[in-house]
Amino acid sequence: MDAMDAVAVKPKVRVATTSLAGCFGCHMSFLDIDERLLELVELVEFDRSPLTDIKHCGPCDIGLIEGGVCNSENVHVLREFRKNCKVLIAIGACAINGGLPALRNSFDIGRCLQEVYLTGLNVENGQVPNDPELPLPLDQVHPIHEVVRIDYFIPGCPPSGDAIWKFLTDLLAGRTPRLGHPLLRFD
Amino acid sequence: MTTGTMLIDGVPVSFEYGQTIMEAAMAAKIFIPHLCHHPEFTPQGSCKLCTVKASGRYVSACTMSAKDGMEVENNTPDLNDKRRTLLQMLFVEGNHFCPSCEKSGNCMLQALAYELEMLSPRFEQFFPNRPVDASHPDFLLDFNRCILCELCVRASRDVDGKNVFALAGRGIHKHLIVNARSGQLADTDFSLQDRAAHVCPVGVILEKRKGFAVPIGQRQYDETPIGQQMDELAARSAKAEE
Repeated sequence: MDAMDAVAVKPKVRVATTSLAGCFGCHMSFLDIDERLLELVELVEFDRSPLTDIKHCGPCDIGLIEGGVCNSENVHVLREFRKNCKVLIAIGACAINGGLPALRNSFDIGRCLQEVYLTGLNVENGQVPNDPELPLPLDQVHPIHEVVRIDYFIPGCPPSGDAIWKFLTDLLAGRTPRLGHPLLRFD
Repeated sequence: MTTGTMLIDGVPVSFEYGQTIMEAAMAAKIFIPHLCHHPEFTPQGSCKLCTVKASGRYVSACTMSAKDGMEVENNTPDLNDKRRTLLQMLFVEGNHFCPSCEKSGNCMLQALAYELEMLSPRFEQFFPNRPVDASHPDFLLDFNRCILCELCVRASRDVDGKNVFALAGRGIHKHLIVNARSGQLADTDFSLQDRAAHVCPVGVILEKRKGFAVPIGQRQYDETPIGQQMDELAARSAKAEE
């Protein structure tokens, strides 16, 4: 028998991704690795992700989280990822420091809702939405490391496709992921 | 003039008596991270980014005089870890949201975070509420990004003779203020020609209508990391004298 045939097929690394209070820009940037996606799918398979439309995360090796935490659903999803992923990675400015959604943090959420739905210009018979289906907004937007333990951070708004590729290939090859100049950027 | 020699990370560096470790290192093109230091102004040693280990003790390189035979540790994992922690504390204390900042790419705080490979804020964000002052026709003050380096305070007081800026409050409540009865920059004689208008290392004092004259990606620290810009850092005082 050929020696190669005896080698068991190496199981693929299972990856889940999600966007919380983000804009999916980091996911778009992830797709910017372009034809290297084909190389990547040789090594990984996707669990819950906007790419697969799987709704809940199963046991995974790597979880990529885009976006900060702005409502109760974000907290549930983040905890689900932490529970299921061996390695959890914050990707992009919003996941790391709250980013653009956190610009609302200096405003009172109650007064915002009142202004928009009750007292604002041209509002008639307004009411603040309270359908139980709707996740409740948090009083402030928080970076995800304030809610669960995060193993790695990929900064950027969004991080470039090259930065994401460098980071993931380092990690998959068993090296300590490292983004030097010029891949490490905050803007 | 008497000179001496010290070792910085094992490299002999000569200096003139009276020079600080920072001045000698800059002359020798050795990079010591710093924020509140500027070759044009009297050093005050407040940001602590330039902390080095001199003969076994942690000292601020910008205020400590160089001494003959001194052994200085600078670029070591221990010191860079501490410096990174200082940066992380500065980042969470203000609202440093780089993607929305005009200074991104020209900002020393950001450049040092790149240099020291700061990947996360690590601590909990303070998310302080600090309204901006857009009253002045030519300048915007965004206090969200102030790191209390006092360069504008020193420049306005010592060079411009105007005393436009000051720090008020104590401890965690310390903040930058404008010396006017209204507290507004428009009610001062602050102008484009002031030295203080051009020393902010972060994005607090911003000239209006100039924000994106140079696009993101082509700015000072985009091309070359700050640690390799010793000539530019040392030339800041010469530029002012022109």
